[in-house]
Order: sequence, then C-alpha cells, then structure tokens
Amino acid sequence: MQSLTNRSKVVVKKEMTWMEKIYLPAILGGLKITLKHFFRKKVTINYPEEKRDIAAVYRGLHVLKRDENGAERCTACGLCAVACPAEAITMIAAERKGGEEKLYREEKYASTYEINMLRCIFCGLCEEACPKEAIFLTDQLVPTFRDRADFIYGKDKLVEPKDAPVDISKRQTAEVKEFKTHKQYTHNKL
Amino acid sequence: MPKVTIDGHSIEVPDGTTILEAARKIGGKIVPPAMCYYSTLKTSGGYCRTCIVKVSKGSERDPRPMPKPVASCRTTVMDGMEVENITSPDLMEARAGVVEFLLINHPLDCPICDQAGECHLQDLSYEHGLSKSRYEFERRTFEKIDIGEKIKLHMTRCILCYRCVKVADQLCDGRVHGVINRGDVSEISTYIKNVVDNDFSGNMIDVCPVGALTDRTFRFKSRVWNVNPVDAHRDCKKCAGKVMLWQKGPEVFRVTGRKDTYGEVIDWICNECRFDKKQTSDWVIEGPSNIERTSVISQNHYTLPEPAHKPLLNDVKIVPDHYQIDNKK
Repeated sequence: MQSLTNRSKVVVKKEMTWMEKIYLPAILGGLKITLKHFFRKKVTINYPEEKRDIAAVYRGLHVLKRDENGAERCTACGLCAVACPAEAITMIAAERKGGEEKLYREEKYASTYEINMLRCIFCGLCEEACPKEAIFLTDQLVPTFRDRADFIYGKDKLVEPKDAPVDISKRQTAEVKEFKTHKQYTHNKL
Repeated sequence: MPKVTIDGHSIEVPDGTTILEAARKIGGKIVPPAMCYYSTLKTSGGYCRTCIVKVSKGSERDPRPMPKPVASCRTTVMDGMEVENITSPDLMEARAGVVEFLLINHPLDCPICDQAGECHLQDLSYEHGLSKSRYEFERRTFEKIDIGEKIKLHMTRCILCYRCVKVADQLCDGRVHGVINRGDVSEISTYIKNVVDNDFSGNMIDVCPVGALTDRTFRFKSRVWNVNPVDAHRDCKKCAGKVMLWQKGPEVFRVTGRKDTYGEVIDWICNECRFDKKQTSDWVIEGPSNIERTSVISQNHYTLPEPAHKPLLNDVKIVPDHYQIDNKK
C-alpha cells in the first residue's frame, strides 16, 4: 500500500538491547523536553484576570442600541431574523401607544426580542441586515452558564442601559458613516 | 384576429385586447408591471404609468412608431403591432423615472409596514428604483385613520391607484369612500371615520398594491415571511370561500384571497371569512400555497422545488410505438 506521508516507519519486532531495557535514556530524553518547556514563553494566560488583545472588528455579544434620545431603535422588522443563518433570533412586534415616544423610536417596536446564544455563530449578518442601526456586535464574550435557558438572551440583557451606552463606532462601516453625513436621509422621517 | 409582437414573441389575440393582456397571454419576463391595473376590475388602469411600453410599429397599415411610450393597460393591439418592453433600454429608463415619481411621497418605512414582502411597489423599486431619493422637499404626510372597523388606512403610503375605489364601486353596494381633493393634495378618505362596513370591503386590502390599506386584525402581528401560506376553503354562503390562510403553527394569523401570478385575487372573499374565521377548525386545508421561489415568503419553507422541466404527455412518448400493447387484440 502506498503511504500517504513519507514519515511512516515499518514496525519491526526485535529483541530490545540492554540500554533500551533499562528505559533510563528514554525517560531522560522525555524529561529534557519537559524541562525545555519550563523556559519557553507560555501559550496560556490567566483568564479572566488577564485578557488577550482582540481585533478591532471582533464579533462578540450583541447589543440593541438606543438613539440619541434614549429610545430603542429596533422596530422589529425581522430582517435580522431572516438573515440569521443559525435561526437564532426571534421577536414579537407590538404597536407603540401614545406617550411611549420616548421609549421607542418607531411606531412599531419589539415587545420581545430573543437571541439564542447557543445557536448564534457570531457571523454579524444581523448587524449587516439591520436597516435601523439597532443591533451591533460588541467585543464582549458570552459568559458560561449552567442552564441552557440562561443562554437565551432577552431584551433585559440585550438593550443597552440608558446610562451606559455601548460604543459601536468601530463597527460602523464607511458607507454608513458617509450616509450619516447627509442630513436629509434621517431614519425617522416618514 | 390581430397579431402582435411583444419583445419578439408573436401572439394572435381577439380584437380589443390590450397590450398588457396580450403580454400576459405570452407570460414570462416580458409582462409589463402594473400598479393600478386590475384585470377583474372594470375601468381600472391608466393612472400609475408603470406599464408603459414602446410601440415601435403601430400596425401593418400604418407602420409609424408611436411618438411616446404608451400605457399598455389602456392601449389596444392592432394587427402587425410591434411592442418593445424589456428589450428597449430607453423604455426601462422611462419606467425607472415613473418609479422614482411614485416613490416621491412614499415613506421609507418598509421595516414597519405590514405589506413588506408582498408589496408590489417594493418589488418595482427594487428592480428599477434608485437606492436614494433625489427629492429634497417635505413629503406629504397624513394621520392614520380606521376607515372600517377592521381596515386601517395609512394614506401616507398611498400611490392613488384607485383600485380600492373600483372595488367599492363594483363589489360593494353603496360606496362610502373615494378620492377627495385634487392634484397633489388628493387623498383616499371617507369624511366620517369607521363607516366602511360592507361585507366585501375587506377585498380592498388585497387589491392595495402598497401598504396603505391593511388588515387591523393582522397589524404588526408578524412579518409575512414568518407565516406559512396554505390554501383552504370553507362552505360560505356569501362568497366562494376559497382563501389562503397565513399560519404559524396551528394559529391562523390572517386570511386573504388567493392570488394569481400577477398578484390579482382569483376569488373575492367576504369579511366574515377574512376577519372572523381565525380558527384552523373553521377551514378545510388543501395544502401549502404555491409561492414563487424568488419571493421572500418562501424563505425557510422547506418544500420540494418543482421539476425544472415538466414533460407534457402530448410531447413525450413514454412508451415507444413498437412496444405499445394493443388492447383490442
């Protein structure tokens, strides 16, 4: 049979010599490799005390952004859900009532919005599909949980807190930045 | 019978047939889009100008071309007429201009609109429109009103196709809504709110090419591509009872009439079927509706694709002649 690599060796069953029978040279050879690793640069870090540098466009946990006035941008159009290759996003829409203009930007909003983080593959297509600049991926990692149900992130975890806005400027594309310079194309204008 | 050639496809049609109807008889990509014309509504058509075509040869007797693009829904065919639709780049540019005009006052609220996904204007602007509007002025806006108990009118989205007026005229007795005012301030209105209560008034939701008239019982319930359309029927005293149910699991989200290839309702349905029968047990389900594979509604519906080539029994001999068994012997 033709070998796949040229490193294969034919096994020969021969009597071991005295040196081989005492195993000491082989053990010392192994210890030498172990000792060498003591003085090498470590490949692991002490997470979470230490954190590795991540790319500027790292795709981590999602955030649902609010606009300048603190109203939720998401209008439950469902484009993120239809773009999602893992079918991780579900939502239920509701109509905005009078007096809720400060809470929701558009007349329709998502009353429930859920992302199953076990299904999500963090591809960022939801962000790309969003016509309202509502969903963005951040540099945060999804923590570990003991319960599968904990991985289903609802609006309580996804919507950014009013007092602590999440910076997503790194993830805005050049086209979007260019678009935003035109004042006549504002989102909420009917 | 006059013979007309549309984009190189010839067909013989009866006298008085419009170019649009002749094109629909040929079928395929050469059929001009129509926003206001509705084959089952008399006197519809002629408002939106999206169905314009170029007539490069008037007729056999008078072969001069027509000086301007003509509305194919209102122009009847002549013998030997030659029509250009998608083969003429000039015409496609003219149609893009028409679409841009239709979009001048149309709001960009597709993410909110319930019609998104089955909207003819959305399809049209996707094919012809620019991604940005060149219009710099204020768009006209209106308050949303309930013209019927279960019909919402969002006049801002209206393109004044008059289809709903024709439905009210020809289907319902006693029309109570219409177009008031003139020119660029004209609007669909009832003067008095909540007065449209005719049994067939719900059909104006189906004929509306945009999201101006929407079903209040379905308002913001789901996007159209998240509900599965199935054909169903019931024994209805008022209408044919042949409908499309839009289901999610066992739940019926909305009921609409069945539509043909050109988005036209085949059988009008009554308001009882449309708004009140929202239980699966009310209906006899026939099977999944035939939705075009290019439509977003067929998204995530795992049905088998149709075979690319359906052999017609007349064309293909399944058993060669010399293998035929003669039953007479």
